[in-house]
Amino acid sequence: MTRPPVLATARRHPQLAAGLAIVVLVVAFGPVGSLFVDTDLARVGSAPSDRTPSVEHLLGTDAAGRDLLAVMVAGTPLTLRIGFVAGAVGLGIGIVLGFMAGYFGGLVDTLIKGAADVLLTIPGLLFLVVLATSLRTAVTVDMMALVVASLAWMLPTRTIRAQVLSMRERGYVQVARFSGMSDLEIIAREMLPNLLPYLAASFVSAVGAAVLASVGLEALGLGPQNEPTLGMTIYWALYYTSLLRGIWWWWAPPMIMIVLIFVGLFLISMGLDRIANPRLWRAS
Amino acid sequence: MKPAVNGRTVLRVEGLRVHYHTARGPVRAVEGVDFELGAGERLGLVGESGSGKSTMAMAIMGLIRPPGRIEGGRIKLGDLELLTLSTEDMRRVRFARISLIPQGVMNSLNPVMRVGAQIADTIQAHQERPTREELAERVRSLLTLVELEAATARMYPHELSGGMKQRVGMAIAVALRPEVIIADEPTSALDVVVQKRVMDTLFRVQQELDAALILVGHDMGLMAQCVDRIGVMYAGRLVELGPVQRLFDEPLHPYTRMLVTSLPSLERKGVFRGIPGLPPSLLNPPAGCAFHPRCPEVMDRCVSETPRLESVVEAGSAREASASDRRAACHLHSGDRS
Amino acid sequence: MNAPLLEARSASQVFGGGLFDRRRIVAVQEATLLLPDDQPVIVAIAGESGSGKTTLARLLLGMLAPTGGSVRFRGTELRQLDRRTRVTFRRQVQAIFQDPFEVFNPFYRVDHTLTVPVAKFYPELSRAQRWQRIEEGLQAVGLRPEETLGRYPHELSGGQRQRIMVTRALLADPRVIVADEPVSMVDASLRATILETLFRIHRDRGISLVYITHDLTTAYQLSHTILIMYRGAVVEMGDVERVIKTPRHPYTQLLVRSIPLPDPKRRWGEVPDADRREDEGLPISAPTAAGESDTPADDVTQTEASPGADSGCVFASRCPHVMPRCREQRPSLVLTDPGRAAACYLYEEAAVLSQEQVAQLSHGGG
Repeated sequence: MTRPPVLATARRHPQLAAGLAIVVLVVAFGPVGSLFVDTDLARVGSAPSDRTPSVEHLLGTDAAGRDLLAVMVAGTPLTLRIGFVAGAVGLGIGIVLGFMAGYFGGLVDTLIKGAADVLLTIPGLLFLVVLATSLRTAVTVDMMALVVASLAWMLPTRTIRAQVLSMRERGYVQVARFSGMSDLEIIAREMLPNLLPYLAASFVSAVGAAVLASVGLEALGLGPQNEPTLGMTIYWALYYTSLLRGIWWWWAPPMIMIVLIFVGLFLISMGLDRIANPRLWRAS
Repeated sequence: MKPAVNGRTVLRVEGLRVHYHTARGPVRAVEGVDFELGAGERLGLVGESGSGKSTMAMAIMGLIRPPGRIEGGRIKLGDLELLTLSTEDMRRVRFARISLIPQGVMNSLNPVMRVGAQIADTIQAHQERPTREELAERVRSLLTLVELEAATARMYPHELSGGMKQRVGMAIAVALRPEVIIADEPTSALDVVVQKRVMDTLFRVQQELDAALILVGHDMGLMAQCVDRIGVMYAGRLVELGPVQRLFDEPLHPYTRMLVTSLPSLERKGVFRGIPGLPPSLLNPPAGCAFHPRCPEVMDRCVSETPRLESVVEAGSAREASASDRRAACHLHSGDRS
Repeated sequence: MNAPLLEARSASQVFGGGLFDRRRIVAVQEATLLLPDDQPVIVAIAGESGSGKTTLARLLLGMLAPTGGSVRFRGTELRQLDRRTRVTFRRQVQAIFQDPFEVFNPFYRVDHTLTVPVAKFYPELSRAQRWQRIEEGLQAVGLRPEETLGRYPHELSGGQRQRIMVTRALLADPRVIVADEPVSMVDASLRATILETLFRIHRDRGISLVYITHDLTTAYQLSHTILIMYRGAVVEMGDVERVIKTPRHPYTQLLVRSIPLPDPKRRWGEVPDADRREDEGLPISAPTAAGESDTPADDVTQTEASPGADSGCVFASRCPHVMPRCREQRPSLVLTDPGRAAACYLYEEAAVLSQEQVAQLSHGGG
């Protein structure tokens, strides 16, 4: 009996497979979990407060009367959404600006590169804190994503610009000009496809960075106050001194989930790197 | 060019086979090669890309790494069977008795080390413990041997020209005075004027050390001017072997003949005689003689039976087959064996 | 008479030398070359690395703008071409590059390299007609479409890839093909085939060729006229038969002598037979010990090899016949004999050539 191709691929790329598996589990946790757990119980006052884990509340409840398992099921997708949206927006801007700077050079390059460089030197969290505190309206999950994205675009811009600079001199780009392609076509059809593995890796790390940034902000209390994101959960856990009181079922699950997200993303980027640079990984 | 000094054989290769085991199957890089190298002799191994000549050089040096593997054969250096040596023993033989100037050595020099230190490294890596003065003196004399000024020792590779870097590579290769020097395309990245200078240097070095030289390359013109005997490789096999003059005057193997004819000459303009067809796949070589799909003199036999490298008695020669110094792997000459 | 198809007039290319870049590299020093509109020619530009031949090619192709002099297409300077003419230029002047692997986008099959130009240059054709063009093009260079199309670049040999590149260039229906070392990275047995293809398209389709190479023998085989370059300057030029068989400039003589002839009887470094003729009483340098200096001081280091001493002859530091004059001022090209010019004070009695005369000489006219 021949092995199904999925397993064979998984054996050849263990990190990628493991990472994808973890991320898929985390992503599925929310939707699947909501089939079994009533997410309404994640709202304040929906259950008796300060209960230790029991059969009815597998992870207990918090000081505000929220079922913590429901909080996890409701909150994980929210944190993921922030991460993915911020990562995508940051990468999207990075692609556009990076290509423009790298391909056209000159003044365009100087401006974009300069802006990215200057903004990179600003301490990220500080900037985000200032931004978050200056927002008058209540912060929603999507606003959170955009706030985080505002600082997520610089690194992709720089790195993609570097890649484009090196690709610009390649033989096939020169030939494309002689074959009648316009600059925009060359960028889209000749360069972009070759950057795909690189872009995928960039996206993964952008998501990771975005999750970290959002959790950091939320843990300081600067996130969407009414949403049970993982970071906000940690904030409330700290607020009610759960660490000192040993209420591990409050602060531990979000921590573990965040660690899982990072480990999963890290393994994926390792796996992608292995595909992009097979020779670096060949055992000697 | 001197003929072989005293007829003594310093290196003998028999039935060497090297395959690369890839996901798509074994690539037969070298498929059964026999030749011997005499003391002080210059042997040229000529072939195009994929002929196996570089793999052969690496195999003789014991530098084949997975997925490549030596599948069979013998390599005798004097009395020593190289293929039976342990890794450690082979390491001691390398550079001390048989040395390689690899292809693109100019680009393999350590960019952050002065060249003198790199030469010294080779000497010290072979467990010799010379004093600092002795080491410096040896480096100096090696640089003089390859016709570089002593001051070069303190320079970094990027400060040297292509020809100078090539000479440094030579110095490293001969630091321990080997008996056999293998030079793999030593001048392929060099300009034609520098090429001549570098080859002249190499010959002087060879003479000074009384070593034998195997010159691996694809430039028949260079071979004609540099070596005593030529071995022509195609698809991992030696298809012809013989003294350079006779090989050019009257090639035995059709591939050799077409190779010589395809060379552009300054005699006639506008004449281009390439070899039709494609170089053979080493993954799936043609049955029988690997050259048969491109051979103008192909016979039925060639499609099914792989010809062996055999001595060929030339018409009008008084020699017997065993004494003939010309060999060809071709059914056109197969019947000549007495 | 029509304006010349493509010409360089005292074109120079200087790199650096600005405010931030002290080191000034003169890659090309006032090169003049002309391809006429009414007749196809083959001009070779020969030299070693650092000679400026590739930079000159890029100037001709419009990939670089000259810092001095001009490069014109049908009489108009390249940077002043209007949009429509620019498109025509891009189409009529095609290129073949040295590395047959680098020129393919590894993401696509080789078909991509051919479908793009056909779609761009013949948008009116139907899909079937386009494929027909491609297949005919491949067959014209000796390739079998069924063995070539649908493959990835790494699945084909260097020779096949280079021939696909020739096909690509031909699909544009060009007037000129600038081939930059088209066979130096191709196996010996396939070289002759590719060169023969180039020769044939010149002969059958009237396409002019600019053949850039370091190999004098193939330059001799293929071209009518030749420009020998050394460190940015054209040191000798003209009829290829004369330049190669009876070189006048000491550098050309050195080059020709250094060619390893595939004939064991002919000793490397000896003066070629044709050179022995003492025609016209002009000195022919023999390989003296002084001339063939074997010290590596001769083997110029990286920094020195970067071309262009601004004053004096570029070859002065290595020339066996060097005179004080040579270090002071660059010699101009003089007509040493009909159809050939050299830039050397050894021939100072000969007539100095005007730029127009040099231009005509470069393609064998005038």
